[in-house]
Amino acid sequence: MDAFPAGLTEPARLVITGTLLMGASGLPGLFLKKSPTEGQLCAALLVVLGSLMGLFGALATILTEQTATYTLASTLPFGPCAIGIDPLSAFFLIPVCIVAACCAVYGTGYWPAAQHPRTAPRLSFFFGLLAASLALLPLARDGVLFLVFWEVMALAAFFALATEDWNREVRDAAKIYLVVTHIGTLALFATFSLLRTGGDSFAFPGAATLDGTGPLATAIFLTALFGCGMKAGMMPLHIWLPGAHASAPSHVSAIMSGIIIKMGIYGLVRILSFYDTVPAWWGIVLLAAGIVSSILGVAFAVGQHDLKRLLAYHSIENIGIIVMGIGVALIGRAIDMPGLVLLGMAGALLHVLNHALFKSLLFLGAGAVIHDAGTREIDRLGGLGRRMPWTAALFLTGAVAICGLPPLNGFVSEYLIYLGFFSGVVSGKGAAVPLLGLAAPALAMVGGLAVLCFVKVFGTVFLGLPRTTEAAACHEPGWAMRGPMVFLAILCAMIGLAPVALPRFLEPALFTWNPQLAFAGEGLADAAPLGWVTILGALLVLMALGIGIVIRQRLQAAPRGTTGTWDCGFARPTTRMQYTASSFAEMLVKLFAGVLRPKSHQPEVRSLFPVGGTFASHVPEAVLELVITPLLTAADRRLSLARRLQHGQLHLYILYIFVTLAILLAWAY
Amino acid sequence: MNTVADQLIVLVMLINFAALGTGRLAVAIRAVALQGVILGILPVLIHSFSWHLVAITVGLILAKGILIPSLLTGAITKARITREMEPFIGYVPTLLIGAVLTALAFAFAAKLPLAPAHQGLLFVPAAIATLLTGFLLLVTRRKAISQVIGYLVLENGIFLFGLLLTEAMPVMVEAGALLDLIVGIFVMGIIINQISREFSSIDTSRLTALKE
Repeated sequence: MDAFPAGLTEPARLVITGTLLMGASGLPGLFLKKSPTEGQLCAALLVVLGSLMGLFGALATILTEQTATYTLASTLPFGPCAIGIDPLSAFFLIPVCIVAACCAVYGTGYWPAAQHPRTAPRLSFFFGLLAASLALLPLARDGVLFLVFWEVMALAAFFALATEDWNREVRDAAKIYLVVTHIGTLALFATFSLLRTGGDSFAFPGAATLDGTGPLATAIFLTALFGCGMKAGMMPLHIWLPGAHASAPSHVSAIMSGIIIKMGIYGLVRILSFYDTVPAWWGIVLLAAGIVSSILGVAFAVGQHDLKRLLAYHSIENIGIIVMGIGVALIGRAIDMPGLVLLGMAGALLHVLNHALFKSLLFLGAGAVIHDAGTREIDRLGGLGRRMPWTAALFLTGAVAICGLPPLNGFVSEYLIYLGFFSGVVSGKGAAVPLLGLAAPALAMVGGLAVLCFVKVFGTVFLGLPRTTEAAACHEPGWAMRGPMVFLAILCAMIGLAPVALPRFLEPALFTWNPQLAFAGEGLADAAPLGWVTILGALLVLMALGIGIVIRQRLQAAPRGTTGTWDCGFARPTTRMQYTASSFAEMLVKLFAGVLRPKSHQPEVRSLFPVGGTFASHVPEAVLELVITPLLTAADRRLSLARRLQHGQLHLYILYIFVTLAILLAWAY
Repeated sequence: MNTVADQLIVLVMLINFAALGTGRLAVAIRAVALQGVILGILPVLIHSFSWHLVAITVGLILAKGILIPSLLTGAITKARITREMEPFIGYVPTLLIGAVLTALAFAFAAKLPLAPAHQGLLFVPAAIATLLTGFLLLVTRRKAISQVIGYLVLENGIFLFGLLLTEAMPVMVEAGALLDLIVGIFVMGIIINQISREFSSIDTSRLTALKE
């Protein structure tokens, strides 16, 4: 009876109950073989219920600014196992709960059990497990438990990703993902082992209790950056990301891109919070990595023809922006400027939330298109705006948000990061000033390229005429798919139009991250004029509406008729003769050819009357195909002798064990 | 320690040689079953009487002497094999290696830093010798069934050692070990069936086809 009041006073209980509900959501479906649809609906319902509980718990934690830690009665082999909640964990729980609930509902429409009776129960089960592990990860308060949740998350994501395992492309992407995620986990093993030196347990140290100078801290920072950066998909470590995001079912892509990669950011933020003093070069490294990641991410995105791969590269770009914000905050701590810390970290945390919202919105929108058209190729779509007006409008909302344009949420977080750059440059303190000065135009360029990329996507997919019969037959998805998108779009607009409410949610998380900020006395509202964002955003919306109305009236007054477009004198224009995604982006891809390495196959024109031919172009995943694969192939050749040890003879394997045992015995003797 | 127990332990070691030297699977299974029964009797001889001990003895004899051998016999009739053909190392050489390993086990046991109460007992070298025999069976035999027999001998060696370590092992530990073993046998049984269905033989060296 008093569970609910206890839930209010102790939000952690509410959160944990919610995660358990999410984790168990897929179980009924596994046993309801006869009626998979009921199982799927039940799973979605449980995830939504668990998410609501988690969301309320997280919001209560933030608003009451409380911190609670529980130690489980039974100990693990590695020491006591502690879970807890504080405003920083709670802030990461917000996007987890929102996106998990939206994706679960969307999944019932996108991957209906009636059409996929074999895979849907499995997908629901692993999706629930994934959502639960994502919600539990920020609650872990010791290294071992953190790694356990991290692995559950990685494996549940692997199985959810590999839903279409009959498809070779999906299997390959899943394999790369599995290998890469384990390499990252290995680095985190090193991180937490190093953190343990000095202490006697794997429990997380308190905020700002460790010294950041010295080789030990450097090693911890670098391994954490590698391990978390691999999960987050920072630029040279992103190789798993495009394939995995493209191959997963769309709602799984949405949660991967919206949340899973954010857990890499959470790990990094949490580990950085342990340090009291940080050397300036940590911030500089992160800022530089963020700049590289965001510019190259968006450049690769511009070159893609696959709708979901393109969105995946935008995740790399946005992770870069978040990492830039963290870099600014660390620089601020190194030169002792609380205002810089506040702006950088607030921008980074808010962008985590924002990116989770608009990127899942975009992936769900892309899923709605792919679900109907049956292809991810942008150049095989077209003219969908007329056939799916809701999806088009929602996708456009997400696109405006991801480009960082007002009046949507992407603008607010990028604005905070910009302010951080500017105040860092104005202060003129420390060695990082030139880099901060460079970062502002870099971020501006990223925004510009993102606009270009989404003009390309929106123009090719939703405007013009359908290029194929499949695209022409598309129609609006049902409300199970539309509803979550509408909800996400409303949240994007709310954050974008009313950012004055944000300091109430961001500040507790920031003060948990670095308690010194609370003593500095400066609030986020002092550092950033958020009220103006609302006013200017509202003005912009009104102006756009006004101009829209004027244009509409003019158009209605003008004479109207139907005719063909100008076809350069060609007698038989076809819909294939529209601007394609590749032709639209061609100039920019050529500019970045040094990094993107675009490949095109075109027929050679030899005679006056050329014969028929085909043209194809694509931008490969440069790091994977040009660096890592050749490296591994070379290693494979060199190490073929060692491969003889793995011959498949069971007896000799047992002999290996025996010999090892004998050697160990002889050694210990 | 009484002489009856010592004689039984010597018998255990002799059975090791029987398992090593025979090519007929039915004989090997019976030998291992006998070894299990002897191991079941041993606790009664060396510890003072208690109902707990009786339960252990009955459980051991049932599991090691009856249940597992009958499972194995069922497996060989189902897979229609009676002999271990072409082992990696012939029977006579394995016997010789087994003899050498047993001798080494005695030498090794003499050097082990044991508690004074346990020094000079026959238990330790017998346990190590049985363990090594199990390993030898595992390494040299080709058929999956022979490997299961190897595991059984290995487990018997571990059990023999465990008899020494504690006055009376907690029931849970024993039950756990036995359960492990039975699950292991079941898994092996399933694997044997699957292998013989897929490759129409239960020769584990054919499994090399599965390597990456």
